[in-house]
Amino acid sequence: MPKRQISLRRQMTDYFFTGLAASLSVIVVSALIAIFAYLVLKGAGSLNLSFLTQTPKPVGETGGGMANALLGSVMILGIASLFGVPIGIGAGIYLAEYGRNRLGKLVRFTSDVLNGVPSIVIGLVAYGLVVIPQRHFSAFAGGVALAIMMVPTVARTAEEMLLLVPHAVREAAFGLGIPQWRTTLSITLPTARAGIITGVMLAFARVAGETAPLMFTAFGNQFWSFSANQPIAALPLQIFTYAITPYDDWHRQAWAGALMLVMLIVGTTTLVRFVFMRRMLRGTS
Amino acid sequence: MATAIEVRDLKAWFGKTEALHGINMSVAAKHATAVIGPSGCGKSTFIRCLNRMHETNPEAKAEGKVKVGGMDIYEMPAVDVRRRVGMVFQKPNPFPTMTIYENVAAGLKLNGTRNHRTLDEVVEHSLQQAALWDEVKDVLKKKSGASLSGGQQQRLCIARALAVSPEVMLMDEPASALDPISTAKIEDLIFELKQKLTIVIVTHNMQQASRVAEFTGFFLMGNLIEFDKTEHIFTNPSDKRTEDYITGRFG
Repeated sequence: MPKRQISLRRQMTDYFFTGLAASLSVIVVSALIAIFAYLVLKGAGSLNLSFLTQTPKPVGETGGGMANALLGSVMILGIASLFGVPIGIGAGIYLAEYGRNRLGKLVRFTSDVLNGVPSIVIGLVAYGLVVIPQRHFSAFAGGVALAIMMVPTVARTAEEMLLLVPHAVREAAFGLGIPQWRTTLSITLPTARAGIITGVMLAFARVAGETAPLMFTAFGNQFWSFSANQPIAALPLQIFTYAITPYDDWHRQAWAGALMLVMLIVGTTTLVRFVFMRRMLRGTS
Repeated sequence: MATAIEVRDLKAWFGKTEALHGINMSVAAKHATAVIGPSGCGKSTFIRCLNRMHETNPEAKAEGKVKVGGMDIYEMPAVDVRRRVGMVFQKPNPFPTMTIYENVAAGLKLNGTRNHRTLDEVVEHSLQQAALWDEVKDVLKKKSGASLSGGQQQRLCIARALAVSPEVMLMDEPASALDPISTAKIEDLIFELKQKLTIVIVTHNMQQASRVAEFTGFFLMGNLIEFDKTEHIFTNPSDKRTEDYITGRFG
């Protein structure tokens, strides 16, 4: 019966492609799991209290930790987000709400180009922009370098998420006599909030692991520093420094640092999402 | 009979295409006026010119005089016009991130009213006027506006428009996305509302026009072909084209 044959073939095709999609998903997820598992395997052993509370010890002495680098990373990322997120969201708002013109096209193009500029070049720019005029390395310079890297991602996702907000929502606001700036701030932006936060987190996670732009901006530091105006340690820098040494003890510490860095990124992303989701629920249901 | 809206020689464009070719119309205050005509005849464009929503489209342009309560709306700020001339759209469009309460209060709140008692009163009054109060009074601040049914959402949108106390309410096919029961509720509402304000309603449904409106205008290809008392339009139209349309010979 020809009819039955067709349905059998369709069934097989269906099974095949569903299976293919499923196995590809497994590959994607397992890569992530493999990396994380390997980090835990190599790093968890050295991840103890002194690692989290002490500064690096001189070569030959065992122990010591990356507490100063953890703090440094938090500070640099804080500074980067402080500048990068508002500028990025602001640019995204401009592109989505006003940018259907030449300037908009130009901004869109340059931001895509900026997204593709190698991170070491961004570091050099921050070096020229902040380090040379100030005549010293600083956490602030590192923050500026990472902020520059965050802007294009944040701007383009914010733009896309704002454009996903149906035009009817804006029209409803205009119809009530609400001015455009108010509509954007109080209606369009909150409607696109979930997507914009995802974009910000993507940008954050991407720059959190950057090493090259910090080399000649934040520079690194073996000691505690609490000032934005001083050279400061950062996890990626410390990992790099330790990983290229010949000492086993430092290698173990580098692994622990890498694990730490991944946990910092996952932790921040989860925390932001959690805080944000609770707000969403209160608002909508 | 007092005139609420005076339209003189109104022309409207999308880019280089002229969508309205000089419309003249006097809309009676505290009555409902229906605008009918085939798709693409300019009826939506027409009512969107009455509160300057037309020009929110960057390609669009309008020319002519539209006076609401004696004042030329093209000589005052657009945001002020839209507070006096409210609008309800074809598809219910509550603000998705806001609760029922916030939706109704949005027009006042985002224009600077902070007093909670005033807001509470306006929200209750508007929802009552929109015949939605009894259905939502217990979940005002708990449920999102988007969680209501389609018919309820549309009444929420009407309440939201009423909250800024407009003189005129424009309705662009307000019931075309709703089931017959919700449609009947909206029509009942129009009966109530026109005691207090002027209504201009665009509709594809000629029965609806004859049920709710005292006056009806028939549009065709950007022209107002005929404008008269509703019963006159439907029983004894003066123009052949009106007759053809209402008897279903085209459109």
